[in-house]
Amino acid sequence: MKTPFWQAVFAIARKDLRAELRSRELVNTMGLFALLSVLIFSFALELDRAARQESISGVLWVTVVFASFLGLNRSLAMERDQGNIDALLLAPIHRNAIFAGKLLGNFLFTLVVGLVLLPVMSLLYNMPLIQPWILVILLLGIAGFATVGTLLATMTVQTRARESLLPIVMLPVALPVLLAVVRSSTAVLNNAPIDDWIAWPQILIVVDVVYLTVCFLLFEYVIES
Amino acid sequence: MNEAPALIETRALVKAYDLLVVLRKLDLHIQRGEFVALLGPNGSGKSTLLKLLSGLTHPTSGTILIGGWELPGEAAAVRSQIGMVSHKTLLYENLTARENLQFFARLYNLANSNERIDALLKQVGLSKRGDSLVRTFSRGMQQRLSIARALLHAPDVLFFDEPYTGLDPDAATTLDDLLIQAQRDGHTIIMTTHELERAARLASRVLILSRGTVGYDAPASNLTASQLAAAYADLTHVAVGS
Repeated sequence: MKTPFWQAVFAIARKDLRAELRSRELVNTMGLFALLSVLIFSFALELDRAARQESISGVLWVTVVFASFLGLNRSLAMERDQGNIDALLLAPIHRNAIFAGKLLGNFLFTLVVGLVLLPVMSLLYNMPLIQPWILVILLLGIAGFATVGTLLATMTVQTRARESLLPIVMLPVALPVLLAVVRSSTAVLNNAPIDDWIAWPQILIVVDVVYLTVCFLLFEYVIES
Repeated sequence: MNEAPALIETRALVKAYDLLVVLRKLDLHIQRGEFVALLGPNGSGKSTLLKLLSGLTHPTSGTILIGGWELPGEAAAVRSQIGMVSHKTLLYENLTARENLQFFARLYNLANSNERIDALLKQVGLSKRGDSLVRTFSRGMQQRLSIARALLHAPDVLFFDEPYTGLDPDAATTLDDLLIQAQRDGHTIIMTTHELERAARLASRVLILSRGTVGYDAPASNLTASQLAAAYADLTHVAVGS
């Protein structure tokens, strides 16, 4: 009776991508914010070269996280504004297909911003950010943020203060992801021996799996209440 | 009397939000093919009843049966049997009319949906605008597309929640025609509205909700707008011009 799970997931993600390709609302807003943010950090840290090199991974992740807030809010608001979330809930699909579809879209939008940031920051900070391990950490980190962010934005989008509420509820929850990505990317950029930091990406994978499981378990309750 | 089983049935249906009881032990039987106009003042529970019948919210107590399936336990089966049109469009403004319908066709797992989409766009008079973005549509056009979306999976039951909100007279007349056609096509329709004249003219049965229960239930045949207005005023203590 129900539509196959992955068919619904890809339909929702494809719909989000198509709407975004047309309006470019999300990526433009997130991208512009991210570029301005790294520029401001670049000027602010210009006087102290050593501090700038030490803090580059922090700048990268703070920028990615705050840009993702903008995208998450807008992505979920799109479902709420014209009552579209009701149309999704009325369809014979599993509730978690809605979560997975929205998560996939949010992940891709944030990943685009992250991938744009890497060459820009490499240039501005004169650091080799385009490295295989940095890309792996970027993928894992954004997956974690997008997972908790999609669930929490589904909750906060129902409130009037959704823009300010999402960072307040999301940052404490996403702290383990933030810690793991900053520690591991700092170590990679400082050319630390792999044995010293490999535990962080491993922790990141575990945290991502835990978040994904918990969010899948909670989403049906969140969306229906 | 040998009455056919109701397509939509509620038994002792109660919906409360904390201490506020919106529906009180509501019993309802709606037969296949009926066009029911659901009237009542703001806050009388019309929209809540439609949300309950469509599975968008859960009852506090009581039973809901749609086509023999019980809500909320068998919601997945019920969802493919119902279509919903509300005062919100439930459409994506940055997609074209056709893309919106294609998206919902995928969600409803409809095979060979393109022919069906073409036929529906023609039925609602949007054939020439199928590839236009929904955000360029007037309110009336968006509402017609909403109806196409609701009809896409050929549901037995159609819910209309105040569908005339924001429509100009021409668009409202077009919506009248689409509702009449939907009833002729065999859909069972429940429509909430504040427009008593339309309710008397279009529906086959009129219900007035008052204080969380059905206060008036009558066939609409031979019911004039002024009679309905009098019954409405009597029940809700609100004077209404027909």
